[in-house]
Amino acid sequence: MNLLYSDVEEQLRASVRDLLAARAPLSGAVARAESDRPYEPALWTALARELGVAGLAVPESAGGHGGSWREVAVVAEELGRAVAATPFLGSTVLATAAATAVPSARELVGALAAGTSTAVLVVPLSTPPGSAFPGQVSFDGTHATGQVRSAADAAAADLLLVPAAGPAGPVLLSVEAGAARCEPVTSLDLTRPLSNVHLDAAAGSVVAEGDGAVRALEAALLAGAVVLASEQVGLAEHGLDSTVAYLKERYQFGRQIGSFQALKHRCADLWANLAQARAVARYAAACLADGTADGAADAPVAAALAQAYCSPLAVTAAEECIQLHGGIGFTWEHPAHLYLKRAKADSIAFGGAARHHARLGELVGLPA
Amino acid sequence: MEKFATVDADGLRARVEQLLAEHDPAGDRLAFLQARFDAGLAWVHYPPGLGGLGAPRELQSVVDDALAAAGAPDNDPRRIGIGLGMAAPTILVHGTDEQRRRWLRPLWTGEEVWCQLFSEPGAGSDLAALGTRAVREQDSWIVNGQKVWTSMAHEARWAILVTRTDPSVPKHAGMTYFACDMTAPGVEVRPLRQITGEAEFNEVFLTDVRIPDEYRLGDVGNGWRVAQTTLMNERVAIGGGAAPRESGTIAAVCRTWRERPELRTPAGHAELMRLWVEAEALRLTGLRLRQQLAVGAPGPEGSAAKLSYARLNQAVSGFELDLLGDEALRYDDWSTGTWATKRPAAVDFLARSPGYRYLRAKGNSIEGGTSEILRNIIAERVLGLPGEPRVDKDVPWKDLPK
Ligand SMILES: Cc1cc2nc3c(=O)[nH]c(=O)nc-3n(C[C@H](O)[C@H](O)[C@H](O)COP(=O)(O)OP(=O)(O)OC[C@H]3O[C@@H](n4cnc5c(N)ncnc54)[C@H](O)[C@@H]3O)c2cc1C
Repeated sequence: MNLLYSDVEEQLRASVRDLLAARAPLSGAVARAESDRPYEPALWTALARELGVAGLAVPESAGGHGGSWREVAVVAEELGRAVAATPFLGSTVLATAAATAVPSARELVGALAAGTSTAVLVVPLSTPPGSAFPGQVSFDGTHATGQVRSAADAAAADLLLVPAAGPAGPVLLSVEAGAARCEPVTSLDLTRPLSNVHLDAAAGSVVAEGDGAVRALEAALLAGAVVLASEQVGLAEHGLDSTVAYLKERYQFGRQIGSFQALKHRCADLWANLAQARAVARYAAACLADGTADGAADAPVAAALAQAYCSPLAVTAAEECIQLHGGIGFTWEHPAHLYLKRAKADSIAFGGAARHHARLGELVGLPA
Repeated sequence: MEKFATVDADGLRARVEQLLAEHDPAGDRLAFLQARFDAGLAWVHYPPGLGGLGAPRELQSVVDDALAAAGAPDNDPRRIGIGLGMAAPTILVHGTDEQRRRWLRPLWTGEEVWCQLFSEPGAGSDLAALGTRAVREQDSWIVNGQKVWTSMAHEARWAILVTRTDPSVPKHAGMTYFACDMTAPGVEVRPLRQITGEAEFNEVFLTDVRIPDEYRLGDVGNGWRVAQTTLMNERVAIGGGAAPRESGTIAAVCRTWRERPELRTPAGHAELMRLWVEAEALRLTGLRLRQQLAVGAPGPEGSAAKLSYARLNQAVSGFELDLLGDEALRYDDWSTGTWATKRPAAVDFLARSPGYRYLRAKGNSIEGGTSEILRNIIAERVLGLPGEPRVDKDVPWKDLPK
């Protein structure tokens, strides 16, 4: 299993980084986060269509760019590094993974890949892989009714993919965003807004049913957990980089504070753990990309492992960043808080460390 | 990369076939190892004539796997780890052709075990403070001093040795590096009993030891730079190693957890899984490191791996005792007769008691550079943070406080 970055991946990283630096520079991140338009549609269009990130994991035959989840993960690293507010996770990862798992959903996959449609999977962001199929929404054959709390990226979507309890078991529905009411909630993470989605006899059509619906949901959650680990690596990397830069420029006691060993050692530990996080996140992405081979079999383990390792690391990196910036790190003006909020929210997304530990225990035969 | 073009995996497999056809793997062990060395299949990335073929390093596993499958003997790398991991790369880089030819073959076959005479009572982390003196006398050097914590000196035929040859210049400048014949008159090895009860390392006293100038590695006064080669390789050697999931100390703990349901508690499970995740993260980091090495871009992650390994091994072995409770109150063997005089070069950690694993793991954050020193190195060399204030930089060694 190759855990390195390919040249193509590095080129992709550079393009995404350049685009973000031009269109969503960190200097404006705080202002963007508190504007009432959390997503900048032009930025998303540029990413999704001009750079083609929306179709990365979709085969060319289905209208995508024929890349793999490895490349998707590289984009996630960059979006994490920049705390960029985009519906990437909701649409390119969750919705695309769900739709790709449904053979009859080619048209939807194509639209998502082209970036002409932005979709979202309507589940609470904290839903872990391996969860029971949700039953908050019921479907009578034509209309869906129910509420789902704390779904991510719904505000940016024109199409909702809703797991629901149908007359004959689980179904995955597609509902036009206009037919539902997305009530924004005030989210801890200012850069990934959540909504409560209300469906009040909303017209829905069946995308998948029975086992197919269950498989699609699981594929989505697995991809979400895997790709999120790379976002966490990017977040953590920014936390470390910006801290190291600050430790070199700030003087106290007549010395650069970075010459104090108490601080150097904390940075060294963070760096060492980050090296491990990268290996773990790369492994998870490689397993997901492996499709049908060995890696795919290990993907559930790899996803739980990646979340169990990378989520706390990103939180630690963001916390260290604030602490080692001192007072300035505690101000609203400095973007450090955006990273902490994203990192903490990420650590709860797709289930916290305890859930992943429990699941790993089941998967590798170490029962509680 | 050009020079590698001719030796690919298939080429290596063919050479292994030829070696097996000409030399019986079930016959004389040493003869087979020597033939393997001469065929360039010892360490394939070494130059031809010195046990290698100038092949890419990652192809070694092709050879190792094929020979293991044929039931061929290996060179017992754990027993000769210091030679393979530290002495050999240093000899390769800084040795003369004559030195390489003299030392590398018996080093690799294990006929000659090497040890590392670096640390001294007054110079551990601050290796450049060392005071073992080497004074030139015609074609030889006369060496006097004391080394300490020298692993496996009691088995070693040769040592890599750093000495002070010029006390009048600042500490990094006045050192010279040698290979020391451990059978030479004046070399005295005294086993040093350690925390586990066994004597794995030693004190080594050097009294008027005569070292011929042909045994010098690198130029006079250039010992610090030569030692850097050794130390860099030490970190890589400690951090590397391919292993399947759940190997090492975590394997023992997982086995206990699976076989002994009565020991399970919810808090224990949380800790077990946290450690399992750490172990797997470390394993995958090692895998990634080897992949980087294979494409010729070794990252600095080797030092991260050593740091993490020490932390993990200590945490896992401590947890193992907690998990076992009552049983952990016992130890397998403190007997001075066997363990204290000499430790066998290769210990099967999993065959010894959990208490042994716990105690031995305490050395992981000290041997080969302490975790604190490693953090300094990462902070300064990788992250570019400012160095420690250096009060001794321009002071002649003889004037330093000791
Ligand atoms: C099992 C084992 C095997 C060994 N085998 C060998 C061998 O084969 N050959 C050999 O030459 N040596 C060997 N050693 C010695 C080893 O390299 C030294 O013990 C080690 O480098 C530390 O030196 P010291 O013991 O003098 O500790 P000191 O340098 O005195 O350190 C004491 C404490 O202070 C800390 N410290 C020191 N300087 C700093 C600093 N600048 N910043 C922060 N903290 C600092 C250290 O981390 C440590 O915690 C072995 C040691 C062990 C435990």
